[in-house]
Amino acid sequence: MALTLSSRRRSRRLAADAGLFVFAAAFVLPLAWVVLSALDPHADLRVKAPDGLTLGNFDAILTSDITFTPLLNSLILCGGATGLTVVCAALAAYPLSRFRSRLNRPFLLTILFATSLPITAIMVPVYALFVRVDLIDTMQGTIFFFAASQLPFAIWLMKNFMDGVPRELEEAAWTDGASSLQSLVRIVLPLMGPGVSVVTVFSFVMMWGNFFVPFMLLLTPDQMPASVSINEFFGNRGMVAYGQLAAFSVVYSTPVILLYVLIARRLGGGFALGGAVKG
Amino acid sequence: MTTAAPRATGPGAAKSPSEPPPSPPVTPGGVPLRRSLVRALPISPALVLLLLFLAGPIVYCVWIAFTDLQLTGQAESSFVGLENFRTAFRDEEFLNAVWLTLVFTVISSLIGQNTLGLALASLMRRASKPVRTLTGGIVITAWVLPEVVAGFLLYAFFRREGTLNAILDWLHLPSQNWLFTLPILAVSFANVWRGTAFSMLVYSAALNEIPKEITEAAEVDGAGGRRRMWHITLPMIRRSIATNLMLNTLQTLSVFGLIWVMTRGGPGDKSQTLPLFMYEQAFQNSMIGYGTAVALLLLLVGSLFSLVYLRLLRTEV
Repeated sequence: MALTLSSRRRSRRLAADAGLFVFAAAFVLPLAWVVLSALDPHADLRVKAPDGLTLGNFDAILTSDITFTPLLNSLILCGGATGLTVVCAALAAYPLSRFRSRLNRPFLLTILFATSLPITAIMVPVYALFVRVDLIDTMQGTIFFFAASQLPFAIWLMKNFMDGVPRELEEAAWTDGASSLQSLVRIVLPLMGPGVSVVTVFSFVMMWGNFFVPFMLLLTPDQMPASVSINEFFGNRGMVAYGQLAAFSVVYSTPVILLYVLIARRLGGGFALGGAVKG
Repeated sequence: MTTAAPRATGPGAAKSPSEPPPSPPVTPGGVPLRRSLVRALPISPALVLLLLFLAGPIVYCVWIAFTDLQLTGQAESSFVGLENFRTAFRDEEFLNAVWLTLVFTVISSLIGQNTLGLALASLMRRASKPVRTLTGGIVITAWVLPEVVAGFLLYAFFRREGTLNAILDWLHLPSQNWLFTLPILAVSFANVWRGTAFSMLVYSAALNEIPKEITEAAEVDGAGGRRRMWHITLPMIRRSIATNLMLNTLQTLSVFGLIWVMTRGGPGDKSQTLPLFMYEQAFQNSMIGYGTAVALLLLLVGSLFSLVYLRLLRTEV
């Protein structure tokens, strides 16, 4: 009996491996295209072995017009908004996690409700509103909106992480006369380092990849982040320079992939986010 | 890790998070108003941002959905009541967009991401570690990639000269111009490619919580794989399934960049889902009021799903 079970298990593992391979092969094709084409002097739309390795595509796009300015814009936009999000979320999470109040539950429910609203749907009114209050086509306006749209989820995550920090040390600080703010900054936040980095990286990654928000709220080409400029540059040129498009995609995507790997490692596998999102 | 230190201070640590801070004794009536205001002060920056930039636009959305606001610098807009909504339900393009949104959601979220995510997660439990890591890495990379990049990659994949047709040729199967003949199917598959990782992560976490003894007992009793899945696994993770379906659907309802990059809603309006329709009405046709009315409908559907999602989580808040 035991023997048949274990041999059945082995054959099942082989079957599972084979199944996963098929999925992996299907999923990897578009990724293989972008990597191979970026290095290919004669890239087209198919996955194929490069005609010879070249860094010419990277050379061609690494100019301030095509790459550096948009990436810098992305960095200012997403960095600013992420900073704002994390600071506001940490401040807001503290009383929610530490003090009991009748308003906590309704507030948290509203926050949770807001996390799943389709932001896409409110972009037209946001545009109209921004035109009216003269925030349209400004970096600060876009940063504020980015932060507000990411805040519900950031507060929710931050509060859950903060709940996991036991309060004994804090209570000692309170008796020593520390204020809430002091104990938040000196004690709670350092203890929840991994949690803060998850919120930070997650917010940043979401904004870095976001296309619709800057597409609607920014108009001047000089201010466009990479997510929009890639579309302008290559979409409007009839997409002939496939190798360059691929090279730009690689340059633009690498930071977020690295950041994700960073937190996935830190949390022991990429499964923490799924768990966090689940509730 | 530093977190271990306070946990070791006593057995009382486990229950403390649910208790109010012990410092000054709290009257049965609650904390005095002044102090609770001071305590709530740190929430204010977040609250201001949320009110100004999230609640504000939503209220504004409700208002201009009932007006004939236009893009072209006309100073006054007037209240038109339900006119925008009446127009919408008579507008064939709108109905087409609703239909395409439904198709897109059902194919890519309900069927695609959800089922594929579950399949991947359950295969991963049995597979060997290197294969598991490799597949997980690839699927998650597709998820982490910026939306526009994903759009370009799948545009290349589905183009007439693209990889999919190359494979079909190689297998001697008929190839076609997918983005032209079946654009909604192409963008749905694109969304599956991009979004499956989320379901996979949710289901991996859920499956890990099923005690091994239960599945093993069933296995010893001779329940086959399919029966174990149907009678044990699925009922045990049903909450995760519901949560995942909600979140997938909400995410799918607001996909814009992916479709915009791949097809711009075309050819014609054959892949124009509601977000793209809304954009076209508001900016290409300058009908901000009408576009917002469509946005409001989308927001209502989203809120409905969001409320269901809240109910599902209710016990956990």
